[in-house]
Amino acid sequence: MKVTKYVITSSESDILPSDIAMKIYGSKHEVNVKETCFGVMINGEEEVIDALVKEIRSLDPAGIFIKDRGFPPGDPRRCRGRRGGGARPGFYMIESESKMLPMISRALASEGETAPATLQKKRPLDFKRLEAILKEDLS
Amino acid sequence: MAKVIVYPPTSMILSDLVERMGHKALVVPEAVRKLATSSEIESPPLNVTPEEPKKGLRYAAVDVPSGVRGRMALIGPLVEEAEAAIIVEDPGWLTGCAGCSRTNELVRLLIRTKGVPVLDLRYPDDDAEAREFVKKIKAFLGGLK
Repeated sequence: MKVTKYVITSSESDILPSDIAMKIYGSKHEVNVKETCFGVMINGEEEVIDALVKEIRSLDPAGIFIKDRGFPPGDPRRCRGRRGGGARPGFYMIESESKMLPMISRALASEGETAPATLQKKRPLDFKRLEAILKEDLS
Repeated sequence: MAKVIVYPPTSMILSDLVERMGHKALVVPEAVRKLATSSEIESPPLNVTPEEPKKGLRYAAVDVPSGVRGRMALIGPLVEEAEAAIIVEDPGWLTGCAGCSRTNELVRLLIRTKGVPVLDLRYPDDDAEAREFVKKIKAFLGGLK
């Protein structure tokens, strides 16, 4: 069964929709790709899309989000080109949630981080040890 | 892997977090896909057959507005399938499939009366809340089979 997924990037991610599209073009998978302002839409067989989604997510694990889409890309029932303009109905939900993506990305990134290792503070050389070094070098 | 219904049922953030943590998110686009892409379209633009209103009538009476029954024809079977649920408080900007307040009340009621584990949250406003949001979802999903 063919499925369609949105791949949406956080506005703070270094990955651009064009980077994702190029990654898909360069992959061995046979899928349809449509680039949008907020990410890309990918359409293909379910197992192919699942494998591809894992590859795409690895570009920026905390900054790339995946969402299911019911209609295939460019479907005349939803495509605004055929409907006389205006955003398609589902865009408003994506737009609203996209504003939260940078916060969620940072939270996901911090979940993966471990607590920073406490650095041992350097202490001055012990006086007796310094004296011994001086005696060794000057003798 | 558990089947987790998310509310809002069109949420990108929730469905992504559920899938990311190895579970299956039950979302409306999947239900829409079955109607929109099946090979035999009986009633364009969606493949709405006489069976769809009947599905809606299982959850809402005939005198309930058709918009509620239509939405329930898609969301109702997802609620029945759910083994757990994540409910995010209504943020005030729900649109499309999730844009009907009466349907949303009914969906939340059905989820709660079903007796599955439910995680209640609200959308975060700052980084601290976002970290708490992700942490709670991770802990909840980690506790599911």
